[in-house]
Amino acid sequence: MTLRRLLTVVVALVLLVYPFVVNSFWLVQIGGRTLGFGTIVLSLVFLTAYTGMLSLAQMTVAGVAGYATAYFTAPTGGVGLELAWPVALILALGLATLAGLLIGLVAVRTRGIYTLMITLAVAMAFYYLTLQNYAVFNGFTGFNNVEPPVIAGLDLGAPLPFYYLSAVLAVLCYAGVRHVVRTPFGLALQGLRDEPQRLQALGYNVPLLRVLAFGLAGFVAGIGGILNLWLNASISPGSVALNPVIDVLMAGVLGGIGHPAGAYVGAFVFTIVDNFAIDFIARERFNTLIGLVFLAIVLFSPDGLTGLVRRAWARWAGTGRRRDDAPDDSTNIGK
Amino acid sequence: MADAAVKQEEALVVEGLTRRFGALVAVDGVSLRVAPGERRAVLGANGAGKTTLFNMIAGDLPPSEGHISLFGRDITRLSPQKRVLEGVRRTYQKSLVFGGLSVRDNLYVAIRGATGPRLAIWRRVETQPDRDGTGPLAERVGLADRLDAPASELSHGEQRQLELGMALAHTPRLLLLDEPAAGLSTRERESLMAMLADLPRDLTLILIEHDLDIALKAVDFVTVMHNGRLLAEGTPDEIAANQDIQDIYMGKHGQ
Ligand SMILES: Nc1ncnc2c1ncn2[C@@H]1O[C@H](COP(=O)(O)OP(=O)(O)OP(=O)(O)O)[C@@H](O)[C@H]1O
Ligand SMILES: [Mg+2]
Repeated sequence: MTLRRLLTVVVALVLLVYPFVVNSFWLVQIGGRTLGFGTIVLSLVFLTAYTGMLSLAQMTVAGVAGYATAYFTAPTGGVGLELAWPVALILALGLATLAGLLIGLVAVRTRGIYTLMITLAVAMAFYYLTLQNYAVFNGFTGFNNVEPPVIAGLDLGAPLPFYYLSAVLAVLCYAGVRHVVRTPFGLALQGLRDEPQRLQALGYNVPLLRVLAFGLAGFVAGIGGILNLWLNASISPGSVALNPVIDVLMAGVLGGIGHPAGAYVGAFVFTIVDNFAIDFIARERFNTLIGLVFLAIVLFSPDGLTGLVRRAWARWAGTGRRRDDAPDDSTNIGK
Repeated sequence: MADAAVKQEEALVVEGLTRRFGALVAVDGVSLRVAPGERRAVLGANGAGKTTLFNMIAGDLPPSEGHISLFGRDITRLSPQKRVLEGVRRTYQKSLVFGGLSVRDNLYVAIRGATGPRLAIWRRVETQPDRDGTGPLAERVGLADRLDAPASELSHGEQRQLELGMALAHTPRLLLLDEPAAGLSTRERESLMAMLADLPRDLTLILIEHDLDIALKAVDFVTVMHNGRLLAEGTPDEIAANQDIQDIYMGKHGQ
């Protein structure tokens, strides 16, 4: 308990102080990206860690929020409808949640690898839709020059405010997930992860719970999607193509899909590799490198980097400590 | 309690219940009447169709034919989770507990499932008023000192107790126990039988049990199934005296 509190304080301090020790590239391209992308990964980790469901459509849901925000705040070439930014953001998050619920409805009867396949199919369908539809998605071009709002003279697009905005939203999402999993709803989700048949025999509507979990994950992914949009100042079919869709799963597995902290650890490592690999490796080799890292993780630490750290900690703290990572056990995934 | 009831309504009525799996008829036209507060055992060799019968009563499997009614209400088409609200609870032949949750959380999920609201998302379980119900429930099944243990760390016997505890949450009316004593040591069996004896008398209990001795000791009435059909019904004494039935249980009771 005290260790957890200490860790919380350290993380809070790092998040606060970080802008004053790094340059603006590290502030936005590494820090901001880790927090926004990490929130999308968090939506996947929430599903895997607490409901035992996998999804390859979390970047797609984030894209729905991103496209909606762009459509309602930055119309281009006759595509879009300018609204006040609070309305636009509420609509964007509402649509992301709705997209999550719909994907949940499609995926609800499937398990494990089949859920992955069906959510991948949804993701690819959305990609081709954005590519071919000009009326809403502006086709190949998408939306450019999308700026975050200026609130009371504070330009959220400037590096420092944007970083803090990302940090606050990421912390809220993380704390929100940690809260929800300790509510009656959250316990029921963990029940369906462990023994869905048992949960049903206790009076729960298992398919409904599954769909709602996807909806909640959609909401979280939507927040990450809006941050991602503002970071890039643009969104196009490339943002929801196969590569970014897979990246979410990669980062999740990298960090550890058994614990929500793994989402941000994975997103950070992924962002670092993504930014610096080109310095010492050809662009075409990048996917090979990431693939090898992925393989190493899966082989040597199936619960990712956070799992590695936790196990190292448990060993270091001695044998007296009881194994307390059971709720986050990633061995139930895909069952 | 049962004698105080003016109008005597059957707790459970099963009529012509049939379940086919392809060409196999797992349960074949079974009819049962179970009175309120009755303790009933369902006996039968492996593959007799006992678990399949439970699956249909609890709603885990839809019947191919037949009807099920509970206290006069037809529940044949009711979803399993709605049957819980009608008071039907069950345990499984192979323990199904939530391994990633603590014993307390397992029991709490059971309490919430029976009472609702099940989707509450604003307040943590620690501050929910019905959270206190987990203590007495754990006490009833002998798990009071294991409340904070992850269910995955319980022994087999303790998992059986937890299953029973989950099934007892919030006053069930019909309790279906599928081989609750399976795999238990002699001492654990005895304490299980004591727990069953302590259950409220107005609770209707149906028990599947392989051990003839246990079954005959714990119940008022016995139903014997064979190859999906009802083979015999009677009091424990009648069943114990029935040579055909003893033959089915040859392993344990053959001469
Ligand atoms: N889901 C299923 N699909 C196909 N066949 C099944 C299914 N469930 C049960 N059966 C078959 O139905 C028959 C009855 O099975 P059931 O599990 O009801 O028997 P049981 O009396 O509970 O036996 P046991 O004492 O071994 O638990 C068996 O032949 C079994 O193989
Ligand atoms: Mg059985």
